Amino acid sequence: MKEKNNKREFQPGRRNFIKWALLSLPPALLLPGLLSAEERQKIEELIYGKSYNPREHRWGMGIKVDKCIGCGRCVNACKLENNVPEEPFYFRTWVEQFAISSGGEVTVQSPNGGRYGFADHTQEKNIIRSFYVPKLCNQCDKPPCVQVCPVGATFKTDDGVILVDAKYCIGCRYCIQACPYGARFLHPATRVAEKCTFCYHRIVKGLLPACVEACPTQARVFGDSEGKASPLIRFLRMNKIWVLKQYLNTEPKVFYADLDMEVK
Amino acid sequence: MKGVIGFIYPNEIELHWGLLIVIYPYITGLVAGAFILASLERVFNVKEVQPTYRLALLTALAFLIAAPLPLLAHLGRPERFYEILMTPNVQSAMAMFGFVYAWYLMAVLLLEIWFDYRRDLIIWAQESKGLKKWIYKAIALFSSDVSEQAIQFDKKAVKTITIIGIPSAFLLHGYVGFIFGSVKANPWWSSVLMPIVFLFSAIVSGIALVLIIYMVSTLLRGKELDMPCLDKLASFLFYAMIIDFSLEALDFIQRIYESEESIHILSNLISERLFVSLIIVQLLLGMLVPLFAIASVKMFNLPAELRKYTYLISALLVEVGIFTTRWNIVIGGQLFSKSFRGLTAYKMTVGGIEGLLASSVLLLLPFLILYLLIKILPPWEGEKST
Repeated sequence: MKEKNNKREFQPGRRNFIKWALLSLPPALLLPGLLSAEERQKIEELIYGKSYNPREHRWGMGIKVDKCIGCGRCVNACKLENNVPEEPFYFRTWVEQFAISSGGEVTVQSPNGGRYGFADHTQEKNIIRSFYVPKLCNQCDKPPCVQVCPVGATFKTDDGVILVDAKYCIGCRYCIQACPYGARFLHPATRVAEKCTFCYHRIVKGLLPACVEACPTQARVFGDSEGKASPLIRFLRMNKIWVLKQYLNTEPKVFYADLDMEVK
Repeated sequence: MKGVIGFIYPNEIELHWGLLIVIYPYITGLVAGAFILASLERVFNVKEVQPTYRLALLTALAFLIAAPLPLLAHLGRPERFYEILMTPNVQSAMAMFGFVYAWYLMAVLLLEIWFDYRRDLIIWAQESKGLKKWIYKAIALFSSDVSEQAIQFDKKAVKTITIIGIPSAFLLHGYVGFIFGSVKANPWWSSVLMPIVFLFSAIVSGIALVLIIYMVSTLLRGKELDMPCLDKLASFLFYAMIIDFSLEALDFIQRIYESEESIHILSNLISERLFVSLIIVQLLLGMLVPLFAIASVKMFNLPAELRKYTYLISALLVEVGIFTTRWNIVIGGQLFSKSFRGLTAYKMTVGGIEGLLASSVLLLLPFLILYLLIKILPPWEGEKST
């Protein structure tokens, strides 16, 4: 009985050294995670400043399809605000025009991402439904892009926004393959992955994303999706909501109202 | 918007994984396949394929050395590649590449080759003079024990490493399949069978490659081909192809039978974009013709001379077939829009790092490495001259 109790005591020797070295490895790796709350806060203040606490937010966007008139101002605002490259077709947000004929034939267009508006071709055919759908990064709560990034250059912030560290990304483009929504592209100059950030530089200062601010019909609604009262929570309450490619279980935080089944 | 049919998302105008990412799984597949062939002799005691044992090991090593190069070359920021090793994201299939690769190179291939060649290296060191003597001594890590006991230990070590090596080879290439098979956004890739299909097509391509290299190198050196060995290689090639074909057929039937949302765009993909590379080259020339050819020369027991050349041509066709398999997966998977409403096109360039020339160089490089390895570590033993 006594022998058994002594078993776990440290004994010198090679085998024991290896054993203890291996056992102490996980705690050593976990050390960075063991920062005190105070230290964490200091680091956060360094990044966000004192007036913004990312854990108090959970950002999302609502899009009311029936309100979109396809003017393309959101696309233009985004291009200008975020220096999105012009050529050939790079977009952090874009607008798709759908026209569905009585025969069930679906025509989808997005010339220049809809930046300069659309030609009205609803009179050409026997169109029964026509509408515009703004698209952007869905800021998924279970983001496949973050999962596949080999170096962790793309990550989810505490307030739920998916960002890319341009100084860290190696440009392997696995995230672009993994995104079901075509929301990512490789920046031609920096050669790293890029996408919509919900205008992160603006929202941490209490401003709206550029596309939301530019929309003349308030088809885009931005705000917190949980907790306190916000325009988005009101939007989620007042409308029947759907998300894109729901079956992929990515849990998007871009919510659509009045979405047609043809939109993918 | 040239070459686009229907609607694609605006950002999809650029195709992201080009020729370099086609040759990456092709090369790693050849590594895994060649190694599994080598292990047949050691673990499963298939004595007939003994003449190709060392050749297969060196082939695996040569291709493994070249394997990371296409990956590296395709990165947008290749100078940051080391981040994959320094701060890997453990959730990412791709981040594991460095570790799987290092394990396979260090713990399996180099060790096995070293133990297998150790006795010969000591003897070569004794027989040579000057610099060569020291090179062999250094490769043997200055070991000098050629006693019966030491040789027995070498043999045991090789066997143990091979036993560890088989699952490692499965891991190496199965993992490459997982990189594609786990992308749920892409219905052409997303399949649980992907790692297994990759693995068996790897075995097929590896056996075919060693068969080609064995035949060509033996003929070039004016030696006599070991016919029982060739027959056995062809048999294994045949069995591996049957399994590979069945798996791919199963995947195909399952997709058609389930007939999910993506079925329309995928059938458009095949008829509009992949007809030649998938139906004609991969299926007909790369699979059915060699299967039929090998089966018929064996069944009718045709003369050795005819069998030889049938094997060679079949193996060459198989190589082309497996290459187009990789092409159809990697490029094919990016030719349709994730909106499932349109097709795009791949415009291959000749020059540039992503171009045809660079990829051809990367494909030829392993053969050059193999040539050097054979010069340093001759894999031939006990052959007859013609």
